[in-house]
Amino acid sequence: MSIDTRTVQNVARLARLQLSPEELDPCAEQLSRILTLMETLNGLPTEGVEPMSHAVDIRLPEREDQVCNGDQREALLACAPDTEQYHFRVPKIIE
Amino acid sequence: MELSRLSLAHAADLLRKRSLSSVELTRFFLTRIEQKNPELNAYITVDEEGALAAAQAADARLARGDGTPLTGLPLAVKDLFCTHGLRTTCASKMLHTFCPPYESTVTRRLKEAGAVLLGKTNMDEFAMGSSNETSFFGPARNPWNPARTPGGSSGGSAVAVAAGLCLAAIGTDTGGSIRQPAAMTGITGLKPTYGRISRFGMIAFASSLDQAGPMTRSVADAALLLQSMAGHDPLDSTSIDAVVPSYAEALTAHVQGLRIGIPAEYFAEGLTDAVRDAVERAITTFRALGAQCIPLSLPSTPYAIPTYYVIAPAEASSNLARYDGVRFGYRCENPKDLQDMYARSRAEGFGAEVKRRIMLGTYVLSSGYYDAYYRKAQKVRRLIADDFQTALAQVDLLLTPTTPETAFLIGEKNNDPVRMYLSDIFTINVNLAGLPAISLPCGFDANSLPIGLQLIGRPLQESTLLTAGQAFQQATDWHLRSPV
Repeated sequence: MSIDTRTVQNVARLARLQLSPEELDPCAEQLSRILTLMETLNGLPTEGVEPMSHAVDIRLPEREDQVCNGDQREALLACAPDTEQYHFRVPKIIE
Repeated sequence: MELSRLSLAHAADLLRKRSLSSVELTRFFLTRIEQKNPELNAYITVDEEGALAAAQAADARLARGDGTPLTGLPLAVKDLFCTHGLRTTCASKMLHTFCPPYESTVTRRLKEAGAVLLGKTNMDEFAMGSSNETSFFGPARNPWNPARTPGGSSGGSAVAVAAGLCLAAIGTDTGGSIRQPAAMTGITGLKPTYGRISRFGMIAFASSLDQAGPMTRSVADAALLLQSMAGHDPLDSTSIDAVVPSYAEALTAHVQGLRIGIPAEYFAEGLTDAVRDAVERAITTFRALGAQCIPLSLPSTPYAIPTYYVIAPAEASSNLARYDGVRFGYRCENPKDLQDMYARSRAEGFGAEVKRRIMLGTYVLSSGYYDAYYRKAQKVRRLIADDFQTALAQVDLLLTPTTPETAFLIGEKNNDPVRMYLSDIFTINVNLAGLPAISLPCGFDANSLPIGLQLIGRPLQESTLLTAGQAFQQATDWHLRSPV
């Protein structure tokens, strides 16, 4: 299947990735080639097959809802690009 | 005595006898890294200070006679495991200054077992690649021929082991990222069963496929490292709560009567003659050791690559949504608003292959395509897993080539993603099914480049892989060949 540059732009918007105008054509071309490879899956009948979402069938474990990692506010904020008074700082959202 | 080729057991013995100190051994590797890393680019970060401090502490323990299995042994870990306070980049500009505020379970267990961590090894960015070329820090180079890639994504770990820049290393494997570089650099690489080793603190690529494992110069070394890392971890809800056997006890090398399946689909077109010949000689070796080699078929094999390249990018696009420039990681300069900050931080912080996979994953999960691609791939994944289950009910192990060809040239495939993806054709299936597998050196091609074979086992049967691998390494000396 071949996808056009409008689809590429839409997917880039969904993925929050800025693409330059020069990137659109090569991206459409490469994605189309990869999707063509993926479409070979259509040659295999899968009616009635249970989809496999994980490698092992394990029950989700449960535990008491207790804080076990303590207060790490300073350490976590230290990773942030911009902070102010114990908050993550981001550009203005509302005019 | 050549320190750069010491086995873990031999090194541990020398340390225990105090005929060598951990500080001496650590300094030896730090010096060797300083000499060879500029060319090979195996390490992104070398932690000289931390390594020497750990070595001193190890020597103090050894002097008291209370060493643990890995006490004082210098290892390298892929730069994808979070190390508390030590930069962890995942080979991405996105994380190039990131110092994790916590420790991964794998590195914590290695340190608790006494290991000295020399540094963090190079890799494909976010483990997405098969040649180490997508690294923000430049490609690692194959010590057998520096014009060639070491494979990927755990390329730096493979190079560090093959070139003697550590005693052993840890990698991760989502579609072959331990086994493929192990094959291409002539070392031993073990991907355990999905869930055998905790993923806590491993930077996520495709969460239903990612698994850590040892990259070593022998099967015996792999057994020792697996022992230190395996086991349930309450911090990883997908880690398996099962008893961890003694892997040392698996090193019997007894393969008399072992049933080894040879799947026809792995010897089809695309396999080079040199690899086919070497793997066929290995089959003869196993027969001579008393194993039965039985031809069989895994009919869904050709569908593994397209299945993987739907599922892995889908999971990646979701996992990598966390890189938004807010809480950690790269943020673009002068964002004009929040949306601009997200889109430009991600565009500038991620490399081309990572962006390609995020785009692919977003596309296959997007409204209207989910059933056609993602749902379909999950169904085919079931068929692939069922194939293995049927085969492994008849035989104890499967034997295949690890890769269809030996190490390729840097630059040879990086403009052709589809061709690059096909280099994982024999390893990807195993991740989809969640099985354990090991790659062992089994020969060289006409260009003196290493060739690897792969053994695939039943879930949680790493011991069977180690038994057979040990038998092969006692009967052959391919794993003892060294590039430098």
